[in-house]
Amino acid sequence: MSTVVALVGTRRIGRVVERNARAYLRMWPAFVSGFAEPFFYLFSIGIGVGALVGQLPGPHGPVDYDQFVAPAMLATAAMNGCVFDTTFNFFFKYKYAKTYDGMLATPLGIDDIVRGELTWALLRGIVHSGVFLVTMWAMGLTPSAWAVLALPAAGLIGFGFSGAGLGLTTFMRSWLDFDYVQLAIVPLFLFSATFFPLSQYPDALGWVVRLTPLYQGVAIERALVLGDPSPGLLVHAAYLVAMGWFGLRVAGHRLGRMLQP
Amino acid sequence: MSERRAAAPPGGPILDLPVAARAAPAGLARAAPLLRVAEREARVWARFWHTALLTGVLMPLLFLGAMGVGLGGLVDENQGTVEGVSYLVFVAPGILAATALQAASGNSLWPVMAGIKWVRSFHAAAATPVSPGQVYGGYLAWIATRQVLNATLFVTIAALLGAVPSAWGVLAIPAAALGGLAFAAPLTAYSAGRDSDLSFPVIMRIAVMPMFLFSGTFFPVDRLPDWLEPLARLTPLWHAVELCRGATTGSLSPTAAAGHTAYLAAVVALGCWWGVRTFRSKLAA
Repeated sequence: MSTVVALVGTRRIGRVVERNARAYLRMWPAFVSGFAEPFFYLFSIGIGVGALVGQLPGPHGPVDYDQFVAPAMLATAAMNGCVFDTTFNFFFKYKYAKTYDGMLATPLGIDDIVRGELTWALLRGIVHSGVFLVTMWAMGLTPSAWAVLALPAAGLIGFGFSGAGLGLTTFMRSWLDFDYVQLAIVPLFLFSATFFPLSQYPDALGWVVRLTPLYQGVAIERALVLGDPSPGLLVHAAYLVAMGWFGLRVAGHRLGRMLQP
Repeated sequence: MSERRAAAPPGGPILDLPVAARAAPAGLARAAPLLRVAEREARVWARFWHTALLTGVLMPLLFLGAMGVGLGGLVDENQGTVEGVSYLVFVAPGILAATALQAASGNSLWPVMAGIKWVRSFHAAAATPVSPGQVYGGYLAWIATRQVLNATLFVTIAALLGAVPSAWGVLAIPAAALGGLAFAAPLTAYSAGRDSDLSFPVIMRIAVMPMFLFSGTFFPVDRLPDWLEPLARLTPLWHAVELCRGATTGSLSPTAAAGHTAYLAAVVALGCWWGVRTFRSKLAA
């Protein structure tokens, strides 16, 4: 019986995902151009500035700077792929487009909606990072076979940030509050050991960075791509899972109160 | 609008001025309607100035910290200097000019579509004695004001961090603002003519982002592939970066500075011509 319920639940989530996919078919240029950003950063900072930086210490001897930056851009691609849909778009749908009021008039419930949105954003994050990973491979930036696991790891990053995005967006009051999304994303992007290693920070600041969410993703992706897996990576993974799960709970709870008073 | 023109005294050169201003056709009075438009934007901004300043100034400072200090430490360890200066000094003017580009594009895409199509505040302005060209000019004047404000704060803080070795660095402020206008003028014209905002994210990602990263901002353009370098030198951002970098390091020859300034001024002038035309056709109905 419970299997049946779970299957029906999955089908309902699939409906939400399908709705988003159909809506996106109409604006594919926006969708496709979303892939570009991590590539541009890889070419500009990884290769352009990389020539000025030279080599950095890696797990199996020195690595070129572009090899150091590429896995961080992979983690960023997973984050960027899901942030827009779980913040701006989510807010627009529940506040202005009333998309969810429409969904709630069908057999879909609040849980189906937030899980559906999370699944959609997660899939988008995986597609973004998948394209990026294949390019990394073609450019010879994946020295280890462990890089195969980088894609499921990108799924974890997508899950963590999608959940957090949905949860935090339910606290937004107006579009102006979305400046805070930028204010969160940009420092995470710049300071999560993405462009320079933790050793460049003063010790105290290095520990602050170790506690931030994108750093978990960067640490996992870099260890896998450079071929240095360790059980410690499970701690980073647990952090991302907990963040996503908690955000999803908060989103479900608060969206329910807003839409079904 | 045509009714208002008909009601104006025949033969007068100041058809679009308010009645009170017609008595005083001096320079300032001519500019007054344009300033009214800028004032409207300033009043809206005054309500949200803290978040506006936060994004306008904090973002470039974050880039300066990450690229100039963090990544710059690695560059300096590896090869000492870039074009004769430390990486922090090299990258600071690049970030200044590139952020002016980003701020200009942020102001010239969605807010313009809002003014013409969604909120229609530009139509409201054009329904008064303000002409469509003045609506465009006033909006641009306001963007320029913000550019100067952001650039002043950035240059001051960068100087405190030791990223501005020359006193000529003061000139980086108007240089950044001019560079910002070289994007804002044509982009505002472009956005005003569009029917939907579908192309805007594509412009941000396919035009603004590559310019931001490859126009000599973070590394010298001569390190680009041969086929890409001339292209980078054609972008207005490269000229703005060269002007800003020349000012903060005090190393630009007057002829080169005049050349870059002329190029940017020409782009602004072309943008204004396009903008006035588009605003006239969109708001004259």
